Amino acid sequence: MGKLKTLEAGPMTTIQDLGRFGYMKYGMPIAGAVDRYAFRIANILVGNPEDEAAIEATFLGPTIQFKAEAVIAITGGEMKPELDGKEIPMWQAVKVSKDSRLSLNRVEKGLRSYIAIRGGIDLPEVMGSKSTYLRGKLGGFKGRKLQQGDELSFPEVKEGENFCLNRKIPEDLLEDYLDDREVRVIVGPQDDYFTEESLKTFFASEYQLTNQSDRMGCRLAGPTLEHTTGADIISDGIVLGAIQVPGDGQPIIMLADRQTTGGYAKLANVISVDLPKVAQAKPGDKLNFKQIGVVEAQQELKKQEERIAQLKEWLTGTANKKIKYFKIRVDGNSFEVEVEEI
Amino acid sequence: MYNQVRYLDAGDRGLVVELGNQISEEINRKIRNLTLAIDTKEIEGVEEVIPTYRSLLVNYDPLTIRRELLIEKLKKLEENIEEVELPQPKLVKIPTLYGGEEGADLEHVAQVNKLTEEEVIELHSKPKYLIYMLGFTPGFVYLGGLAKKIATPRLQEPRTKIPAGSVGIADNQTGVYPIESPGGWQLIGRTPVKLFAPYRERPILQGIESGNYIKFEPIDKQEYQRIVIAVDNGNYQVEIEEINV
Repeated sequence: MGKLKTLEAGPMTTIQDLGRFGYMKYGMPIAGAVDRYAFRIANILVGNPEDEAAIEATFLGPTIQFKAEAVIAITGGEMKPELDGKEIPMWQAVKVSKDSRLSLNRVEKGLRSYIAIRGGIDLPEVMGSKSTYLRGKLGGFKGRKLQQGDELSFPEVKEGENFCLNRKIPEDLLEDYLDDREVRVIVGPQDDYFTEESLKTFFASEYQLTNQSDRMGCRLAGPTLEHTTGADIISDGIVLGAIQVPGDGQPIIMLADRQTTGGYAKLANVISVDLPKVAQAKPGDKLNFKQIGVVEAQQELKKQEERIAQLKEWLTGTANKKIKYFKIRVDGNSFEVEVEEI
Repeated sequence: MYNQVRYLDAGDRGLVVELGNQISEEINRKIRNLTLAIDTKEIEGVEEVIPTYRSLLVNYDPLTIRRELLIEKLKKLEENIEEVELPQPKLVKIPTLYGGEEGADLEHVAQVNKLTEEEVIELHSKPKYLIYMLGFTPGFVYLGGLAKKIATPRLQEPRTKIPAGSVGIADNQTGVYPIESPGGWQLIGRTPVKLFAPYRERPILQGIESGNYIKFEPIDKQEYQRIVIAVDNGNYQVEIEEINV
């Protein structure tokens, strides 16, 4: 096993995968990466299964000392990653040499970044997942966010395994969403709990993320949304991206750590492909909402999945092109060479 | 109960099947039937179902099953809902130490309701409480059937830390805190049994699921200590029996 150590952890850095499934009926939240898109791409880039555990950094990234060679990919919010002081690209698989230091800076665009490591992170699964569920103090690394000095293990890179290193992905295969604040929603299931006027207000206004936003939900501030008879419903299930509106009339978008059920009326739901936009919005950012139909939303989802499939194909395709890596020594200097058969 | 079941979109991956708009045992039993029917049918594309008081949330993958087809299949199940044979409900006995430092508000609950502490214990431990649903935190049960005589408003100022296993009353609800959390319930006792233990083979206590029943069994301090040790050693088994309702 290779090891890495957090020299600085950042304010909210956790281990996540795609979530803890199968226990929602027992009240167990899903947890998992908030921006599932960036998370999946990070794993795909390093050749991992999409749900392998990776690091989620929020607002300010960690500084990590690698004690063994690794292949990593950083996606999501732009944190200007540096390897031993030299800037490295995001959305690409990058090789990290033994004893080098990776540092992510304060986010410049978006909010959450993901660091996937080839082979994943060696941690026990709790209820079938490595995701950290902070309120339950379980999963991930000791059920908590990472702290300075924590050590994580990962499988060591095998020779000839440096797959698709430093390859720039064709731009049309990646989503451009970090600055996109137009969030499409499907109304319901309790839109009939709101006045017609407040539905109009909701779609015509901007809502600003407050400081109380976290992995559980994005709290928004904006024009008050009025209920016809009250905000309380008989508790029912809550999906990812549900927009619930408590009595104060200020909406909350429910995210990865949301509780499974709740008693506030839900005006609408963010569509799946726009959830990453919400995940990358930071306190102070303003969102506006646009209504679309469920059929259209599902078509958008299908298109996105097709693009991800194409991306995977493109990556494995290039890997199949017989690329070989050599370490050569010229005048006592060591070089790494990639030879591609054409 | 509605004459016609409502199918409501919860985004592009969720469908709410709503049977009514009140809390009733009858509706909840139908919810349980439908949940069981869906589980048994194993509809491809259905990922996870969350049953609640009067509706169920069906999480599905629209790329595996079209929404219209899913609704069609659910309607078919719903029409034949009476044919679903439910397993006999189970009664889970939760040993509970009432009063003292474990149930710091027992005296208050007695005073507010003009009862003795013994009467509160008697009234609380007598009923078989229906588990309507689980939610809020892992292993938290929404129970029905608290005696009106011991209904008590929440604390004015919530406590910041309530130990796991605390048994409390909030208005006309009673329940158990499965994990340590802040909260404003009136605490009347504590159970040494862990309703939720993430590292246990079965993280949610056996028998704790919607449609089953809970009964609180008063125990003394000695018994409490004995069970604490047995739970720690992993060899405590809650008493579960099948019941007719």
